[in-house]
Amino acid sequence: MVRLHLPYDEGDLDRLEVGEEVLIDGVLHVGRDQVHRRLCDMIARGEEPPFDFTGHGIYYMGPSPAPQGHVIGAAGPTTSARMDPYSPTLVAHGLRLMVGKGPRSREVVDACRIHHGAYLYAYGGCGALYSSLIRSVRTVAFPELGPEALLELHVVDFPAICMIDSRGRVYGSK
Amino acid sequence: MTLQQRIEEALCSAVRTLPAQCEALIRKTCDEERSTAGHSVLSAIVRNIDMASSSTLPLCQDCGMFLCFVEVGRDSRADVGRLEDIIIDACRRAAHRAYYRSSVVAEPVYDRVNTGDNLPPVIHWEVVDGDCIRISFLLKGFGSENCSSVRMIRPTDGEEGVVGAVLDMVRAAGGKPCPPMFLGVGIGGTMDKAAVLSKKALLREAASRHPDERYARLEERLLDEVNRLGIGPGGLGGDHTCLSVCIETYPTHIAGLPVALSVNCWAERKAVIEVIGGEVW
Ligand code: SF4
Repeated sequence: MVRLHLPYDEGDLDRLEVGEEVLIDGVLHVGRDQVHRRLCDMIARGEEPPFDFTGHGIYYMGPSPAPQGHVIGAAGPTTSARMDPYSPTLVAHGLRLMVGKGPRSREVVDACRIHHGAYLYAYGGCGALYSSLIRSVRTVAFPELGPEALLELHVVDFPAICMIDSRGRVYGSK
Repeated sequence: MTLQQRIEEALCSAVRTLPAQCEALIRKTCDEERSTAGHSVLSAIVRNIDMASSSTLPLCQDCGMFLCFVEVGRDSRADVGRLEDIIIDACRRAAHRAYYRSSVVAEPVYDRVNTGDNLPPVIHWEVVDGDCIRISFLLKGFGSENCSSVRMIRPTDGEEGVVGAVLDMVRAAGGKPCPPMFLGVGIGGTMDKAAVLSKKALLREAASRHPDERYARLEERLLDEVNRLGIGPGGLGGDHTCLSVCIETYPTHIAGLPVALSVNCWAERKAVIEVIGGEVW
């Protein structure tokens, strides 16, 4: 088990080993399909993205509404494969840490190897558990997307398992 | 309580708590799993179950699409038009009260605009013997539903053909449906009938056995062979890929053998409301 504090320092991702359990603390950004498309469009147009990618990670998630007394509703991972067409571009531009569920494309693995990125698996369906580990939520951009907006979370002891490490090693493959 | 309130209460609790049998299977599996990653996944699921049942949080952010089966006794005096209104209203109120995520779009191909209230439900009606009404729900998440499918195999393919088709579909699903999964298999009828049967199979008590011994043995064989695929909890490898296989069958055509598989994730959220004597109001 290793701890990863976000924003991470240069070299922190290189210390994650495939198959290892990781506990994340700190600032974690959230975005799914629409956010990915928009971030890539902004990059293509040469615009500044709405947050500095350096040291940050993106969690693929779309929460349920927050019940009274909670900062957010159920907040488990969504299927990462849908972000595969966009992730290599974002990794190349510095958004090198990804958190979601399910396998990734060859291109995402290559992007991790080339740019020293990493992909972590968050426990599928564990929406209530992850909700309880989120201390605060702030909308960073695209509020019009509702539950798909770009968010910034503050997380504590957020558990995950390293699926692709910065050397391009993939969990479960020989 | 009115029927509408009973349905609403059942749906409010179904999104946060699993049926006792499903929860027991998950806890037992967690104790038995030998793979390290698989055990971590199951421990997280158990923590999640405890968290949701002791709070107002849903088990999973994908609270699913309401899938409803209504069995109406032919001797009940049910006014089915009114019954449908009651069911839809109860879904709407539960989705709001229990903080369901709105996961339904009004039109599937072009606009895909969210309906905002997780409606409409999918409702199947069936006339059965007796005077009772039985309303069953599955809160069907789509990470797993996207792995469900139908195969039309040859009538001579027999048991081996059925097993081959199911294993093929489960292999293609891999870790996507948040395993350990619950499987419903529908065999016979037409393509659509097999699909509906596979959902009815999921509604049976998990791990209960088919009354026909041959199908009961087939359920056990499928459970065993699926687990031997080694997909494991969360798809991270391990002993437990599947917790239950239930089969439902129907007569079919001489030229066909439809086999449908409905895949459900570990979050097998269900509710059943019975109206004894069929008195709706
Ligand atoms: S497959 Fe089931 S447990 Fe997994 S995210 Fe979807 S609804 Fe939740």
